[in-house]
Amino acid sequence: MGRYVIRRLLQMIPVFIGATLLIFVMVNVMGDPIAGLCGERKCDPATAAQLRAEFGLDKPLWQQYLTYLGNIFTGDFGTAFNGQPVTELMATAFPVTIRLTIVAIFFEIIIGITLGVITGLRRGRPVDTGVLLLTLVVISVPTFVTGLLAQLLLGVQWGWIQPSVSSDATFGELIVPGLVLASVSLAYVTRLTRTSIAENKRSDYVRTAVAKGLPRRRVTIRHLLRNSLIPVVTFIGTDIGALMGGAIVTERIFNIHGVGYQLYQGIVRQNTQTVVGFVTILVLIFMVANLLVDLLYAVLDPRIRYA
Amino acid sequence: MRGATHAKWAACAVAVALAVSACGGGGGSSSSGSGTVSASWGDPQNPLEPSNTNEVQGGKVLDMIFRGLKRYNAKTGAAEDMLAKSIETTDSQNFTITVNDGWKFSNGEAVTAQSFVDAWNYGASLKNNQKNAYFFGYIQGYDKTHPDTGKQTADTLSGLKVTGTNTFTVALTQKFSTFPDTLGYVAFAPLPKSFFSDHAAWVAKPVGNGPYTINSYTKGSEMSLTKWDDYPGDDKAKNDGVTLKVYTDNNTAYNDLLAGNLDLVDDVPAAQLKNAKSDLNGRYINTPAGIIQTIAFPFYDPKWNTSGATKVRQGLSMAINRQQITDTIFQKTRTPASDWTSPVLGEKGGFQEGLCGKYCDYNPSEAKKMVQEGGGLPGGQVKISYNADTGSHKEWVDAVCNSINNALGNDKACVGNPIGTFADFRNQIGQHKMPGPFRAGWQMDYPLIQNFLQPLYYTNASSNDGQWSNKQFDNLVNQANAETDTGKAISLFQQAEGVVRDNMAAIPLWYQNGSAGYSDKVSNVALNQFSVPVYNEITVN
Amino acid sequence: MPEQPPYEEEEFHHGPEGPPPEDLAIAPTGFGGTMDLGSSEAETLEKTPGGPEGTGPTEKPRSLWSDAWRDLRRNPVFIISGLVILFLVVISIWPSLITDQSPLKCDLSKAQQGSQPGHPFGYDGQGCDVYTRTVYGTRVSISVGVLATIGVALLGSFLGGLAGFYGGVGDSILSRITDIFFAIPVVLGGLVLLSVVTSNTIWPVVGFMVLLGWPQVSRIARGSVITTKENDYVHAARALGASNSRMMLRHITPNAVAPVIVVATIALGTYISLEATLSYLGVGLKPPTVSWGIDISSASAYIRQAPHMLLWPAGALAITVLAFIMLGDAVRDALDPKLR
Repeated sequence: MGRYVIRRLLQMIPVFIGATLLIFVMVNVMGDPIAGLCGERKCDPATAAQLRAEFGLDKPLWQQYLTYLGNIFTGDFGTAFNGQPVTELMATAFPVTIRLTIVAIFFEIIIGITLGVITGLRRGRPVDTGVLLLTLVVISVPTFVTGLLAQLLLGVQWGWIQPSVSSDATFGELIVPGLVLASVSLAYVTRLTRTSIAENKRSDYVRTAVAKGLPRRRVTIRHLLRNSLIPVVTFIGTDIGALMGGAIVTERIFNIHGVGYQLYQGIVRQNTQTVVGFVTILVLIFMVANLLVDLLYAVLDPRIRYA
Repeated sequence: MRGATHAKWAACAVAVALAVSACGGGGGSSSSGSGTVSASWGDPQNPLEPSNTNEVQGGKVLDMIFRGLKRYNAKTGAAEDMLAKSIETTDSQNFTITVNDGWKFSNGEAVTAQSFVDAWNYGASLKNNQKNAYFFGYIQGYDKTHPDTGKQTADTLSGLKVTGTNTFTVALTQKFSTFPDTLGYVAFAPLPKSFFSDHAAWVAKPVGNGPYTINSYTKGSEMSLTKWDDYPGDDKAKNDGVTLKVYTDNNTAYNDLLAGNLDLVDDVPAAQLKNAKSDLNGRYINTPAGIIQTIAFPFYDPKWNTSGATKVRQGLSMAINRQQITDTIFQKTRTPASDWTSPVLGEKGGFQEGLCGKYCDYNPSEAKKMVQEGGGLPGGQVKISYNADTGSHKEWVDAVCNSINNALGNDKACVGNPIGTFADFRNQIGQHKMPGPFRAGWQMDYPLIQNFLQPLYYTNASSNDGQWSNKQFDNLVNQANAETDTGKAISLFQQAEGVVRDNMAAIPLWYQNGSAGYSDKVSNVALNQFSVPVYNEITVN
Repeated sequence: MPEQPPYEEEEFHHGPEGPPPEDLAIAPTGFGGTMDLGSSEAETLEKTPGGPEGTGPTEKPRSLWSDAWRDLRRNPVFIISGLVILFLVVISIWPSLITDQSPLKCDLSKAQQGSQPGHPFGYDGQGCDVYTRTVYGTRVSISVGVLATIGVALLGSFLGGLAGFYGGVGDSILSRITDIFFAIPVVLGGLVLLSVVTSNTIWPVVGFMVLLGWPQVSRIARGSVITTKENDYVHAARALGASNSRMMLRHITPNAVAPVIVVATIALGTYISLEATLSYLGVGLKPPTVSWGIDISSASAYIRQAPHMLLWPAGALAITVLAFIMLGDAVRDALDPKLR
């Protein structure tokens, strides 16, 4: 187990370097960010040259990247154009997005798995068809449309929620945005659980358990659900990273000042330091989440042993 | 037992979530107290230094926490003395400025002549990277503190001299009769000593001499300002404070206003304008501002610099149905333009309605003829470039294109060319890569006709993005600047504007109004001529 | 034959010539983008592609494909979604069949007006006919989806297939590269890459989708090839001296391609939806291209005043995505014998 974890951690290094390099190059392809800082007029050349030097933009790309990577290891993520250290932006943005992700994952687990179990056990019945159709509708409407509709109806027309999230971004305020963010994944979790349950329902060990005369509920929860959850756990685990990075749209609609908002601002202003810094952290979260999922496998299925 | 622990964990999660939602669901606008106003804001692009802030969002804050030598009257736009006791000159080139007694920064430090001179020297010094440095370009010694290339040879402007606690002199490199009127611009604000001694702390929480002080600033999210009770000026804040909330999307801000979650939105999205009056029960204002939108042309591209191209430009101008677009897309928050300045200047200030003449009137048949006579559209198609990330530019560019297409009877005569980010848009302009005409918006820095013409059309001027160049125009502007009599100066500027018209150097589209909506919690809301809310006048009901 | 126990994912089930142990590590990781979630469903399928060959041979040798086709023909879901897609394809090739107007002909004086004779869906904010624009938008939206899917499927299965077949160092490197692309959020990548694009064709958007989409297929193709090549008949072919290329073409590809097709069909719908999201963020297709995404995003600002502007293109998009996902579902059910 220990050796396995170490090997996985070592494998993260090339992936980490590759992903940050990739995003670094991509943001640099966007071109010179200085021109945007001077409003509707030309930056005077002397100031522009000076700003370029200050942000290291006058160096060749590989050198910029190496410097950046070096700085990261000392905890220095650079400075945004408006003079704010990127770490400071992270300190305000990540807690908000983590809360939003927790809400989203919570809904995926509670609603997604519940619906999945119900439909999986009742395959072909009306409730199954109904839920299945509903998940398809949710998947086929783009998230930003769902979000705008939710904001308009719940926030403005009916006044059930505030249309935007305050800068405190409490869990209560994040319920609707979290649901919107989770909606598509939620539909997939439902479908995945349903398929998995339906498959396992007919497997030998469930038949045996039923034949032994174990109570229905016990069979479902202890035997069926536990085995069926493996692909679902995989999905949710990998979804953590995706939700945090994919929150750009949701955070924009509900004016949540989290990671997606900072990334959007960073991209619009072509602020390499902000974008690369935030993506670096997202990549780390993504990789760690994947590792945890794999370790969770061993918990769910004792037959899997990592060596 | 593993299963049992799982179940327990799940139960916990449910309980926590329910508890949180139960506590969190009810609470709403906790941040705004009884007497404070909550208003929409955008994240400032640059550090909040006065000589580094060149956009409206940072300008809003500085307008609340700073007072300069002059201040522009919110209604008339006239530059009125604020901290200045007197600004005297005999030759329009050397000025003696006396600062009023009794002004203080909110940290208790007195505002003296030195506070101004230090601030201006800071702004003009190349090593400080100040983006408004060019405002000090007329002052003697600027070429030393801010050379175009190479290292600076001086840290202070030789044209600035402190002659007493409250007086200093300014020597300019040339005659500039309206120089005193430019001193209301935020770049000329005074700075306290703490700005220089502990710069990082100052930028994190700026300290000024205006009617508000910054209470807290969560970067990229929210700023809370409170009334400064000891403010010595007579324009004291009439509310307890202002909370500025950052919005990425002005539609969200507007929705918040409708839901009572926000008191003031000073940028009502174009799509909502149609319903704004009824939505807000009349709590909606629409005030002229010193902003004009034009379409500029890439004169560096030989295709747009032919003799016939003037006719093509005039033809395109006549193909745009300004009235219909301002009525439909903008719901009358824009006024069709008929000159290249702004009505806020007033007739006396140089605004001349109808200067453009028939070339700004919609006339599709004449437009088609003109374009054909001019040799047709260069390349057979015009692409109007704009940045897609801010402002609702797509809507009006599409409408302008449809209008041109309908007039010319060709579905593809004109297409919009969205450019992803403002930075890239400015970059492509700077590198002379525009594939055709492009959006050009101009918001005045100070209400002078000079500010609408010189930066935009003078050869190699900072905002002359199309690189238009005309000797006659340049000469007239030079003469006007040297003229000590304001009336004569303005008429020379108007002659210069006539040159712009005859060449159709840019197509004037419309004058932009500021529009704002507010909640029933506040009253006495107004926008100044820079379309910035006059925060200190707002009262809370 | 007893069903495969579900917990035996191929990743933990290697034969003597299985991939090197480090492959354990990356195997269970899924895809990182919220837009392309089809993969995880396919994972359930990924375990079974060897199955049909194992169950079938007692009877007359029917292939997996003819079995599946027999199933599909009787599946109403397949028939309905197939017909919808057929209709969409036809009008995207000949939009003039059902409208005689130009989508670029707009009259601002009619802006935001509702339904009226000759213009059943009303007008949009620019006074363009919503019906005509919705019809013409079909072509672009379907093209984006189909082209992106083809690109992703070809590139992904080529790279993934090679990695799975040969294993070794190349496989390890490719797996790491796949991880790199997975780790970058899709919407973010789109914002960065597409904001510099000046072309107003659909190719940059398609190219971007292929660039960030291929790892999803590559991973599945790899897993599928690894499972397939452990089958007895492949070992037999190898023992009989079949060449690598012959084995790949004749024995592995036909049996390993099923999961790729399933993922691709489902992904197609998500690509169409992704185009709309990119437009909403201001980096999607550009005028004069007419697409649902452009129309949905410009209508989204008018959601209160003129919901009809949003309803029609969004409805068309939803139906299209729905049809492709249902088709993918039906194909998966047909190819997955366990659920029969």
